[in-house]
Amino acid sequence: MSEPKIDGFELKPGFKGMASDTASDQTMFKGVHWGKAMMWIFLLSDTFVFSCFLISYMKGRGSTPVEWPNPSEVFALEAFGVPVPLLLIALMTFVLITSSGTMAIAVKYGYEKNRKMCGWLLLATALGGLTFVGMQAYEWSKLIHEGVRPWANPFGAAQFGSFFFMITGFHGFHVSIGVIFLFIYTYKVFAGHYEKGKKGWFTKLKGDYVEIEILGLYWHFVDLVWVFIFAFFYLW
Amino acid sequence: MENTNNIEKTDKKEEASTHKIGIYLWIWTLLFVLSFFSYMVDWYQFQGMLRWSLILFFMFLKAGLIMAFFMHLFWERYALVNVLLWPMTAIACFIFLMAAEFQYTLFSRLFYFVVGGGA
Repeated sequence: MSEPKIDGFELKPGFKGMASDTASDQTMFKGVHWGKAMMWIFLLSDTFVFSCFLISYMKGRGSTPVEWPNPSEVFALEAFGVPVPLLLIALMTFVLITSSGTMAIAVKYGYEKNRKMCGWLLLATALGGLTFVGMQAYEWSKLIHEGVRPWANPFGAAQFGSFFFMITGFHGFHVSIGVIFLFIYTYKVFAGHYEKGKKGWFTKLKGDYVEIEILGLYWHFVDLVWVFIFAFFYLW
Repeated sequence: MENTNNIEKTDKKEEASTHKIGIYLWIWTLLFVLSFFSYMVDWYQFQGMLRWSLILFFMFLKAGLIMAFFMHLFWERYALVNVLLWPMTAIACFIFLMAAEFQYTLFSRLFYFVVGGGA
């Protein structure tokens, strides 16, 4: 995100810069922390995993002649005695976007070495993620009570359950892992590990606030995947 | 552009590498608004092409905003951005292939349900 400066190497902008960066006989991603590059490559592979899930869902839903359950009825929630379509899902989306925003600002304050603000915002992000996982647990138990199983459900095509549990479950697993790491990094920031120069993850090198950006990339990715799940699974 | 670059060089390194908080707040607000709109697509029960195109439009807009600004891709060098975005064409190909596949599966299921298999 910064403009890197490397002695004896001219950093050109745009596609010319891409060509010279790639052909420079040096590190290809100029000014990008190795941890950040690795996180991006992990996220790229994770994109493929989630794409395979969503594509198999498309294939399963498209190839069955049986009526697909109507998501806006299946996921409706009673509020004041009136069934509101997708109410819980809308709230989950709201919570996840809120936590994504606090994360983005935590990264900013991290780079400004504002330890307190960064820590509080990370804590808010972690609590948002925890709320999301809690709401998802509620959603799962509600559907299981209504008789939705991976092999059958009372609403329509039998494939619905397996895709639902697999896709939202894998996403919820990502959120849970993210929440654990958010709590760990909240502790690390409040304890001042980056000011003291404690070592980072998987390395003997000193930790730095760039780790907050790396964590942020993961967290925004979780939000990004939810955007696609929300569109294809709940709205379609 | 030349002037601002010179000013940034003289600043401290950590200050040069952050962005104003306003941009994050703007993107945050936009994400809420877009999510609200995509929820409204379901609320008003739009159907058919209108529903699908609106869902996809809001989805790509949200995904683009998150990637460009929250994940900082807008500010990254092209070497990284292109490594990340070009593999998406493989996913697009896969979607295309599987879309053709499910149509064929559906067709053959309906066909043999009517005609009957085996005999």
